[in-house]
Amino acid sequence: MEETKVLTQRIRPDRSPVFIDDYMAEGGYEALKTALSDFGPTEVGPLIKEAGLRGRGGAGFPTGVKWSFMPRFEERPDERPAHVYLVVNADEMEPGTFKDRMIMEGDPHQLIEGMIIAAYAIGADIAYVFIRGEYVECQRRLQRAIDEAHEKGFLGKDILGSGFNLQLYLHMSAGRYICGEESALLSALEGRRAVPRHKPPFPAASGLFGQPTTVNNVETICNVPHIVKNGAEWYKGLGLNKDGGTKLFGASGHVAKPGLAEFPLGVKLGDVLEHFGGIRHGRQLKGLLPGGGSTPFLTPEHLDTPMDYDGVGAAGSRLGTATMIVFDDQTPIVGVLKNLEHFYAQESCGWCTPCRDGLPWVEKMLIGLEEGRGQPGDIELLDLHVKLLGPGKTFCAHAPGAMGPLEAGLKYYREELAALIPDDAKTLSLTESANANPL
Amino acid sequence: MATITIDGQKFDVDDTENLLAVALSKGFDLPYFCWHPELHSVGACRQCAVKSYRNDEDEQGMIVMACMTPCSDGGRFEIDDEQAAEMRAQVIEWLMTNHPHDCPVCEEGGECHLQDMTLMTGHTQRRYRGAKRTHTNQDLGPFINHEMNRCIACYRCVRYYRDYADGDDLRALGSHNNVYFGRESDGAFDNEFSGNLVEVCPTGVFTDKTLGAHYNRKWDMQNAPGICGHCSLGCNTSPGSRQGILKRIQNRYHGEINHYFLCDRGRFGAGFVNREDRPRQPLVRNADGVLEPREMDVMHDVMTDVFANAQGVVGIGSPRASLEDNFALRHLVGAEHFATGMAGHNQRASQAGLAALQSHADRLATLREIESCDAVLILGEDLTQTAARVALSLRQARRNKHLEYAAANKIPKWHARAVRDIGQYNNSPIFSATTQATRLDDIVMSPQRLRPDAIAELGFAVAHALDNTAPAVKQLDKDTQALVDAIATTLKSAKKPLIIAGTSLGDPAIINAANNAMQALSAINEAARLFVTFAEANSLGLAMLGGNDVETAFESIESGAADTLVVMQNCLYERAPKSRVDAVIKQAKNVVVLDHSFTRTVGEATHVLPAGSFAEADGTLVNNEGRAQRFFQVFIPDAPMQEGWRWAADLAEVAGHKPEWQGMDDLIAKIVADCPQLAGIEEAAPSQSFRKFGMRFPRSPHRFSGRTAMYANVDVRERRPTVDADSPLSYSMEGYYGESQPPSTLAYAWSPGWDSNQAAITRFQDEVGGPLKGGDPGVHLVRKNGDSTPDFIAAEVHAVDGWQVVPAYHIFGSESQSARAPAIAERMPAAEFRVNADGAKTLGVTPGETLELRIDGETHRFPLAVDPSLPKQTISVPVGMHGVCGLRLPVGVKPE
Repeated sequence: MEETKVLTQRIRPDRSPVFIDDYMAEGGYEALKTALSDFGPTEVGPLIKEAGLRGRGGAGFPTGVKWSFMPRFEERPDERPAHVYLVVNADEMEPGTFKDRMIMEGDPHQLIEGMIIAAYAIGADIAYVFIRGEYVECQRRLQRAIDEAHEKGFLGKDILGSGFNLQLYLHMSAGRYICGEESALLSALEGRRAVPRHKPPFPAASGLFGQPTTVNNVETICNVPHIVKNGAEWYKGLGLNKDGGTKLFGASGHVAKPGLAEFPLGVKLGDVLEHFGGIRHGRQLKGLLPGGGSTPFLTPEHLDTPMDYDGVGAAGSRLGTATMIVFDDQTPIVGVLKNLEHFYAQESCGWCTPCRDGLPWVEKMLIGLEEGRGQPGDIELLDLHVKLLGPGKTFCAHAPGAMGPLEAGLKYYREELAALIPDDAKTLSLTESANANPL
Repeated sequence: MATITIDGQKFDVDDTENLLAVALSKGFDLPYFCWHPELHSVGACRQCAVKSYRNDEDEQGMIVMACMTPCSDGGRFEIDDEQAAEMRAQVIEWLMTNHPHDCPVCEEGGECHLQDMTLMTGHTQRRYRGAKRTHTNQDLGPFINHEMNRCIACYRCVRYYRDYADGDDLRALGSHNNVYFGRESDGAFDNEFSGNLVEVCPTGVFTDKTLGAHYNRKWDMQNAPGICGHCSLGCNTSPGSRQGILKRIQNRYHGEINHYFLCDRGRFGAGFVNREDRPRQPLVRNADGVLEPREMDVMHDVMTDVFANAQGVVGIGSPRASLEDNFALRHLVGAEHFATGMAGHNQRASQAGLAALQSHADRLATLREIESCDAVLILGEDLTQTAARVALSLRQARRNKHLEYAAANKIPKWHARAVRDIGQYNNSPIFSATTQATRLDDIVMSPQRLRPDAIAELGFAVAHALDNTAPAVKQLDKDTQALVDAIATTLKSAKKPLIIAGTSLGDPAIINAANNAMQALSAINEAARLFVTFAEANSLGLAMLGGNDVETAFESIESGAADTLVVMQNCLYERAPKSRVDAVIKQAKNVVVLDHSFTRTVGEATHVLPAGSFAEADGTLVNNEGRAQRFFQVFIPDAPMQEGWRWAADLAEVAGHKPEWQGMDDLIAKIVADCPQLAGIEEAAPSQSFRKFGMRFPRSPHRFSGRTAMYANVDVRERRPTVDADSPLSYSMEGYYGESQPPSTLAYAWSPGWDSNQAAITRFQDEVGGPLKGGDPGVHLVRKNGDSTPDFIAAEVHAVDGWQVVPAYHIFGSESQSARAPAIAERMPAAEFRVNADGAKTLGVTPGETLELRIDGETHRFPLAVDPSLPKQTISVPVGMHGVCGLRLPVGVKPE
């Protein structure tokens, strides 16, 4: 299937970066000029809302709606807080995900232009890119692009004579998966422990340094210049179903040609897999995680699933980052789950009990199963963790995310997992009391 | 208000509260860890899971954390819900995956919140089969023991230490199930309120090292309601003892004073009670000049002899002894021969303080109230060192700005992290003028470092700026005037401004300035509050009782008008220069000292009578807000020792004027009859004969290991408990213990299912964090002077020309009783004189070199250090430590 290149239209086959001259030669910063001249500050948001752009970080929240939560001070300038912030989440740490890296490395100005328009739309005067510490090349290229944008007057004071000011800073993460959770990201950016915050209050009310803040994903922001340039109708028309626009899709694992591609939202899962060459070594698909490590498994029966937010949701999973991890039919599922839960247990911030102490237990049970030390009751104990590490029971979505693949794994591969418990294994417990509760 | 339903019962509740706080207030047993009544909610531990229903039709419900759930009108909640109970038990099972189950050897055992919560959730079966992670522990100094393996990562310690007490050297390190709560390296905690970690920690990670040194279980403690004697604030304590040894000091909740927290001096300063060198029987100086122990039975004749031959007797009382002790001494020597035990400068400052309290008796802040003040002016006091617990209250006051931001954004006040996140580094304004840098400077706006006279001037200028009929001071320079105007404007616009002053610089002008400022301010804002700190636990009580100053008593000896000196729990060397005290003692024929510690004065006395310390006596102290509070005897000493007032009564009898009182009750009645200004002290606690259902109030918990064990160190036969003749408390576990007990008699906090001090107290409050049921103990004695507005006080200041000595106080060392506690002594700073860099240059002394300072005939030699915060020609001297005791203030010195 042919790609629909919007965000990747300037990405060069040799992966050399597009810097300012080339970017402008290819229509770059035209959208910014349009936004500043043809749109009032409050008019960009409704356009994005109408285009139906949804957050590409994984949650799929409508971007225009998110922006509309930001308090406006045009009518009451006296109440304007010291700063209003736009923060771009470039902490791409979801297992199997590498989409933001590709567009930041290949076309850094696209992100910067999107950020300037987004900041204009939400009334921000300071913008941060919170970028994964290991993305060294991204950082180098982005910093150069930021400096170039400054030189051209796209950043700084009175941008293009519009009276709009914006400072843009690049912040390198010290590196924890949880920093990708937007409120933990804000804590980290403030120099505190990267512990998520309870919502409400939402960042729009009390975000970075207690000020109104919007946090958006890199890919989300990269859509903005294209929408401003081509209009909401065009954007909506790109999608095959309800969701507008294109999406970066990636594949890693047991596919023949792992990589990244851009397709309209709503493309069939089977077509995406085919684009990446199908299962390698002529094997069969066992299952895949459609949108990163924390999305529940899809199986061969789901190949007709339209890859958009609602479509993947209906299949019992989440679109997530749309970068899938693919497993062939010779993969022991217990190993997959163990590796995933090891990652999530390690990356728990340690704030809430179920996540901090529940995930390591889950990991240890999976190790036990893999090593033939499982006991009767282990599967049920894993079920219990799926239930009690679910949404609302933990402080943030980290542990529920970790339970996504486990829950689906227990559903689709239950017999395989149960078979790992040796036939002669007994339940060993430290006490066998008829009266379990002395109270 | 909101109406909510919990387990089918309807309640009208405060809708600004969270569900957990409300459920606990209503008496439900809902387990929790990370929430604390002062630290509020963060939703970390997930222990307080309940079922919440959207409306009456909702049958499904969802699990929510009670601590993070607002009490909205119509809310319907189930604590007694199968799924919620399953979640709560599971949280304990998760916590236990790494907990070492070392309860039998853990100091927390028996008062462990984790034990309580484990039982409450019913988790008993362990299914986790993995290895437990372990940590190394740190040496955290003489106060606190560290055992990280027990940690359940509730984050209370860092939330208390960092977010509440503003400490910096305890943090959460590491992540996932390997979070470590400790310092970056070994070392004593830097914060003056670190001891509260012992009670804040729900398990045995942070425990009391001074208790650990001679450990026993909570249930084997004999306790009494105590009043901290180490500064003027009168924090309520619960001293615990066993077999005549004082084991520890715990916080005793008082809703208006210390509530849940003490300072480290108060918690760890009681070790002096256990010192080997205490006088434990009468001592009489023999012909060779050596103090010789004597049996009690000969003392009657010895003391009869002393008084029969005395040519005039003067008594020196003590601002750290009880009203009863001082009054009894006054009876012994006669009111005209009684001295309060305060040096003249301190007495004058204390009287100015009393006058200020009388002028504004209806506007005096309590410690709790300080937390709600949104603009503060501090005049002269280095509060962290002189009245530490105030500093902790001020650290909450500055957060009113956070609450203001939170309220504007509809963030509930209990949503601790959200309040902090939106508040960030914005503080409610606190202004402070002190002689040198203080430990509060981090929350003070442009801290001023001035000499005492300039501090008073600043205060008078603020009063004048608030009300131009208040006396003005000399022309101020432009910057100072701008600051004065800024302070006045800030105080004026505040919702609840507060002025703090104290006696530590020995300058009544500073208090007079605060008095004027308060008067000007209270005409503008009725909510304005005044807070005055005094030097010692009963300074205000003695100022109210009245008497001569120490110098006047000395003059009686020096002039020959008297030859016998009776000293009650006081060290004269702390009150006057050594040379003068030496001369007075030499000249006096007899120096009779009634004391519990081997002070320098005891060492020079002719007769020493072993008086009980706070742990071995009952008494009444008047704290800095004029609140009379009773402390009760903790244990019966295994030594011929009695209360100071009993000694004084015995001496009065041999001196020929046997008092009419016998016990505590008639002594108090006599005090009230003779000193109407002290009327009310009889209400500070119930009388000796007070009973509930015919019962006394127990000093020990019901699970006390029996009387047989109580004196097992002496005799294993069961003794009949000693009857307390002075109070309605019993020396046993028998009696009435419960909610309708008068709070002043509550010796310890315990409630079925709630064994830890900080959680059990909830059952004695109508609302968590509120007043105790039956009212917080103590009686306010200070009444307003008439109805009319008093005149402003003249703006007189006394400047010292040239070099001036200012006192440098330290929380660990400047108070002489606590300084005798080994743990405190270990934290005492090194002795040094301090001047600013210019000063060092002028004096021609390089830092580190020894400087010799002669004050009033006494020479002190300490190394010189540079403190850039000191004003010019000002030298700070460590007081109360290293032999620097009797510093007459203000002192001018001249370089030679």
